[in-house]
Amino acid sequence: MKIEILGTGCPKCKKLSELTQAIVQELGISAEIKKVTDINKIIDYGVMITPALVIDGEIKAVGKIPSKQEMTEWIKKKK
Amino acid sequence: MNQKYKFLIIFGVFTFFYFIPFNNLAVPQPMVESLLMAQEYAREHVLLCLIPAFFIAGAIANFISQENVIKYFGAKTNKFISYSIASISGTILAVCSCTVLPLFAGIYKRGAGIGPATAFLYSGPAINILAIILTARVLGFELGIARAIGAIIFSIIIGLLMHFIFYKDEQKIQTRQASVADTSSEKEGRTLKKIIFYFATMIGILVFANWGQDDSIEIWQMIYNFKWLITGILLVILIWMLIKWFSKEELIHWTNSSWDFALQILPLLLGGVLVAGLLLGRPGSEGLIPKIWIENLVGGNSLWSNLFASVVGALMYFATLTEIPILQGLLGAGMNKGPALALLLAGPALSLPNMLVIRSIIGTKKTIVFIVLVITMATFSGMLFGYFF
Repeated sequence: MKIEILGTGCPKCKKLSELTQAIVQELGISAEIKKVTDINKIIDYGVMITPALVIDGEIKAVGKIPSKQEMTEWIKKKK
Repeated sequence: MNQKYKFLIIFGVFTFFYFIPFNNLAVPQPMVESLLMAQEYAREHVLLCLIPAFFIAGAIANFISQENVIKYFGAKTNKFISYSIASISGTILAVCSCTVLPLFAGIYKRGAGIGPATAFLYSGPAINILAIILTARVLGFELGIARAIGAIIFSIIIGLLMHFIFYKDEQKIQTRQASVADTSSEKEGRTLKKIIFYFATMIGILVFANWGQDDSIEIWQMIYNFKWLITGILLVILIWMLIKWFSKEELIHWTNSSWDFALQILPLLLGGVLVAGLLLGRPGSEGLIPKIWIENLVGGNSLWSNLFASVVGALMYFATLTEIPILQGLLGAGMNKGPALALLLAGPALSLPNMLVIRSIIGTKKTIVFIVLVITMATFSGMLFGYFF
């Protein structure tokens, strides 16, 4: 599974990537977590407000940090 | 934070204290000024003005759907609407400065094109809700309003000019419409009416808690005498609304995002206040930089003073809100109001670091034209304002 975190480095983006890492570890699955910080690449995803969460190419959340519960469900479903 | 940074910070702080020339008479007074200015902020601005403002900003981030605004930036939207929305939506969308550039890039590449994108870039940082509230509070009501209105009007002009200058270029760029992912899964729990009442109450608290004394206008003075009563009543209404209309989880989210804003902004603002106090002193006193320099450079409302203020503003990086204490210091040291507005307009929209990012998005030529337009417009509006006030 590939999880991408889009964000230019604002505090919220950092929080989101920490949360993602924690969830992945908790579930004990192998996932590639990639941070996308280049603004032009972020736009290519069609995302205008950061942070955004992309799981296996599918945009899951834009402009906010989803709750841990929501995120766990998304990741479990994709597994 | 990695070790190298920590080392540099510690090294810097101690080197600073090692070398402070306390024996030099010119030094101790500005340091006291810097602390006095911090005290003034702590007493006058933080508790009654900034804290309510953080809660309002947090509420905007949480309870107003940003997707609803962004859909007006699409390529197919009526141009009149996209320009209007681009020029005013900074109030809602630019509360966190880190959202401004991605939105700019998004509007340019995936939506309404260069005109609305530059309009948004120019007005967004200037009219975010925290900036307007603190500008009006610290620098005076006229300057606060002039900043907001100036930013909105001139952003449309700059946007339109950019559009006409690069009209041909733009047509070559194949605009791919953004696939606006519909992630808003949550249902709207409240009606628009409730949201409006909720925001109006919060703004009311902010306004009445900060009501100033003025003997010359009777009704003004009457409101002043009752201001704590009015604020108290509004506060009770707000608490009632919070209990009746919001779920516990929503309230936790709201508090969290207000806290995030405070955490991002307060340390920077404190730094800005200390530096401004040290270099410029409070109004009526002198800091490290001699008053006469400031009076010579930006004391009048000439073309040169305004241009100088715009160029400096455009190059310098102001962390969110720090432009305000710096300007307060400058105004106290004899800066004219015209150049002050010029700096307020050119400052937050541009800085050297963000020029580089903008260049990577729209290319060198357009960036240069944009910078020139911003500086020209800021200079012009500064002169106009300085002439009237």
